[in-house]
Order: sequence, then structure tokens, then C-alpha cells
Amino acid sequence: VCEVVPTFRSLLVQYDPLAISCDEIVRHADRMLARPQAADLRGRHWCLPVCYDATIAPDLEEVAARTGLSVAQVVERHSAVTYHVYMLGFLPGQAYMGDVPAELELPRRETPRARIPAGSLAIATTVTCIFPLESPCGWHIIGRSPVPLWDTASGAVPLLAPGDRVTFAPVSVREYEDLVREASLGRLKPVPVDPMEAAA
Amino acid sequence: MRPALRIAAPGLLTTVQDLGRAGYQHLGVPSSGALDAVSLQAANALVGNPPNTGALEIAYLGPTLVADADSVRVAVAGAAAVIDILPDEFATVGRRLSGMRSVCLRRGEALRIGAVTGGTVLYVAVEGGFDIVPVLGSVSTYLRGGIGGWQGRALAAGDALPLRLERAAEREEMRLDGFSLKRPARIRVVIGPQHDYFSEGEIAAFFESEYAVGPSADRMGMRLTGRAIRHARGFDLTSDGIAPGSIQIPGNGQPIVLLVDRQTTGGYPKIATVISADLAALGQYPIGAKVAFEAVSVAAAQAALRQHRAGVAALPEMVVPLAGARGDVGARLGRCNLISGFVDAAA
Repeated sequence: VCEVVPTFRSLLVQYDPLAISCDEIVRHADRMLARPQAADLRGRHWCLPVCYDATIAPDLEEVAARTGLSVAQVVERHSAVTYHVYMLGFLPGQAYMGDVPAELELPRRETPRARIPAGSLAIATTVTCIFPLESPCGWHIIGRSPVPLWDTASGAVPLLAPGDRVTFAPVSVREYEDLVREASLGRLKPVPVDPMEAAA
Repeated sequence: MRPALRIAAPGLLTTVQDLGRAGYQHLGVPSSGALDAVSLQAANALVGNPPNTGALEIAYLGPTLVADADSVRVAVAGAAAVIDILPDEFATVGRRLSGMRSVCLRRGEALRIGAVTGGTVLYVAVEGGFDIVPVLGSVSTYLRGGIGGWQGRALAAGDALPLRLERAAEREEMRLDGFSLKRPARIRVVIGPQHDYFSEGEIAAFFESEYAVGPSADRMGMRLTGRAIRHARGFDLTSDGIAPGSIQIPGNGQPIVLLVDRQTTGGYPKIATVISADLAALGQYPIGAKVAFEAVSVAAAQAALRQHRAGVAALPEMVVPLAGARGDVGARLGRCNLISGFVDAAA
């Protein structure tokens, strides 16, 4: 077995067919499914800064128009939720988080953008993501976060893991720019929210 | 001074690649690695390296590489290009070199590689390999993510890639006997996993049509142009994992074959998957090349992989002294029952 990629709807198992047969892997999987083991999914809680400002969030106004909300209400609704990290995928360290409030649910854009900047916060259907790298994207961009999601060169693991919880703290453009500067100097290292503090 | 291979001119897209980064797709990190893993291993075999040693992958237009070491042995394998050994990096005229062989550069000499033709990539392996720290278990460059290789990026003029060996070993130069790139008539695929998103008629059309490799093809994906394939029931799928060689059909119906730098998950229906044995050959299809697909069973795909592996394992046996007589390649090929990607040049 070379790769195991869990997603919302399936588990992709890449294996060497000359080393093990598909039947054998399916038998293994069936055995594991028959006796599920409770995983430790308590996770950590992160509070990540996000700048929801139309100058760096090209779809914010369109999302407001299509949902019948004001821009302030979109920001308020999106940042009021504690999201659950379901899976990582697409780009290194990219976390699929949900669920987006029903009022903000929109299908993917009809025409994907060829390029969006790193850190873009986007929504599509019930899911929200921070895109960690410049990439093509068919989602609606409603903000940008300065937080580096994975410094692969340092040997560290990705910031977010399945089972984690995430809330977004709105920041101004000015604060965002300061945080980007801190991040570029390697000084922006989020720490999980203290569970005691969160409870208080 | 530390022995190095210095980049006098970078070419258009020269990156360090090995056989890829395994085990990180669940975190969103693609495998990356050589587009044509067979040619990479051929180049490594020519200089006596293990198959997974990182080498330079060269696309479009090649670089000029200078020996900043007492001597360095290099080997070139893959698509064709005009290759010259220059007495120094400023010289314009040198001696012409054929591909698929090793050669020793003395200090200050330069290897100049021209435009890549007849394929997409060629590989320059150095004896002993580059002294580069692997990232997540591999020296492959993932350009979009800035991960691995040389500072996570394509090589630039002035880069000096450190070498593991101070000087080339004392031995004769080698060539590959009986190795050449062959474009199969059809790329073989296994149907699915989401063929149920297409009608039987559309699936038949996919196999009857000839596609052209589109101009935006890159290491992430090969966008094809040709007969659009219509979806029977929408194209907005909940994201799931993507296998190497997966053929997505996005909204516009034009297939995209996902390659080494592919995103790890995606939400377009996948009509078919290129078999492992044909991935290296597909990696050499240049922009504009025609490609057609043929469906095979899983058992046939596995049999093809077995043959392909035997062919790759036999690469060291195809390495013969440059000056020596032609070996009994025909017999070796017959024994290995080689197909796709290998032809007997003597035949």
C-alpha cells in the first residue's frame, strides 16, 4: 500500500498490485469496517485571523447579493461558526472545513479562476477552505488569512488536522498586512485555543 | 571548494526529480517526481546510480551546466535534444554528443542542451547524485508548493548544485543498447471509477475519438482537446482522491489526464484511469501530440505492469561500454518480453 487518501465520500487506496491483490485489500478493509475503533478525535481548537474585505475578497459582494444578505451579515454569519476539519486535500495542508451556515451555501462558480492568491478563504456548497498556495479555484473568495498552514521545509506537520475545530477572527486590512509581515519573518505561529479559556 | 554542478543558463524548466514523494497525499502533497520515470531510471543506470537517485528533469529548452569539480560524470536519457560539450561555458562551439550515454566533464567544461524534441522531457543524472536534503522523503521538486528539489523551485542561472562525489570514478563511459522511447499506438486505461456519470454512448465516443495534447499541459495535468464528453448527471461531485493517470471530465467535457503534480483530491467525475505501465510513455507526449485510449481489464493492466517492471529492472543489463561491441539485446528483450517504452534499436 503506497497511499491512503480519505475524503468525504471514499477512501482511495493506492497499492502495488504485484505485491498485494485488490481482493486482499478489500478483505482487510471489510474486517476493519466490521470492528470500527474509536479514534481520538478530540482535536485542537484554532482561532485564525481572516481579513474579510472586498479589496482582497473578490466574491464577497457577489456572495452577499446572491444570498440576499449584506456584506457585514455574510462576514458575521461566516465567522460565527466553529468549523470542523473534515479532511486535508487538494493542496499541501489545505483543510476542508464545515459546515458553512445554510444561508451562505452556493454551488461552485461556473467558470473557475485560473489563479487565486495564497491564503484565500473561500466557500462552496457546505465547505470552507483556506487555499494555502496560489492555485486555480472554482470557489467563492470571501477573505484572506495570513496564517501559514504548513511549513514543509521545517519538517513540521500541517497546522490543521482532521478532527480539529476552527473559528475565524475578522481583522482589518491594516492588521492583515501586519500579520503577513510577521508571517514572512516566520513569526506568525498560531497556538491552539486553551480549552479552559474556550469554556470560560 | 565544494564540488558542484553550476547552472550557467537554466533552460526553460529544469527541476530536480526522483521517483516521487510517497505517503503524503492524505495531507494534500502530490507525489511529484519524474514525468517519465523510465528515462530517469535509464539515466541513473548509465552512471551506476540506484534508480531513485534525484536527477535533472529538462523540459522545452535545456540548460548549460558547468563542472565546478575536478570531474563529474553525467548521463543523458529521454527525449531528443542537441547536446554539446563546450570547453568552457562561454564557448559557442564544442563537440556534439549523442543522448543515451554517459560522459565525463572536466573542471570548467560545460554541457549544453538545446531544445527538447520528439517528447517532453530528458534527464541528466550525475554519478553519485546531488547532495541535496530530501523534503518529506524525496528530492523531487513540487513547483506549485515550493517543496523539495533545489530550494523548491526550477533552477536559475548561478545555482550550484552540490555533488556527492569530488571527482568521477575511473571507468569507461557507457551507453544504453536497445533503449528508445516509443509512443504506443493507444494509451491503455481501466474504465472508472466514475464512468456511471456518463452514458454508454459517451464512453464509446471517448474511446473512438482522437485527442490532441493542449497547450496548457504541464506536470499537474495534460489537458486534451477534441470531442467533448457530455455528463449524464452533472459534474459537481463531492471531492474524492485522485489516482495517478486519472482522467477527469470537467464541465466543458474536455478530458484532463492528471499527472505527477496533480492535486490530491478533486470533484470532477473520472471516466477512466491510465494504467501504471503506460504512465511514463504518456509523460513524453508533447503539446500537439495525438492521443487515443483503449480500455483494458484490471488483469490485463496488472500483466502489463509486470512486463513493464521487468523491462525497467533489465535497464542495467542494457548498459554497455560505449566502445564495446553490440550486446545480444534481442535475446534479452525477448526474455523480458518488453513492450511499451522499449524497442530494440537494432531490429
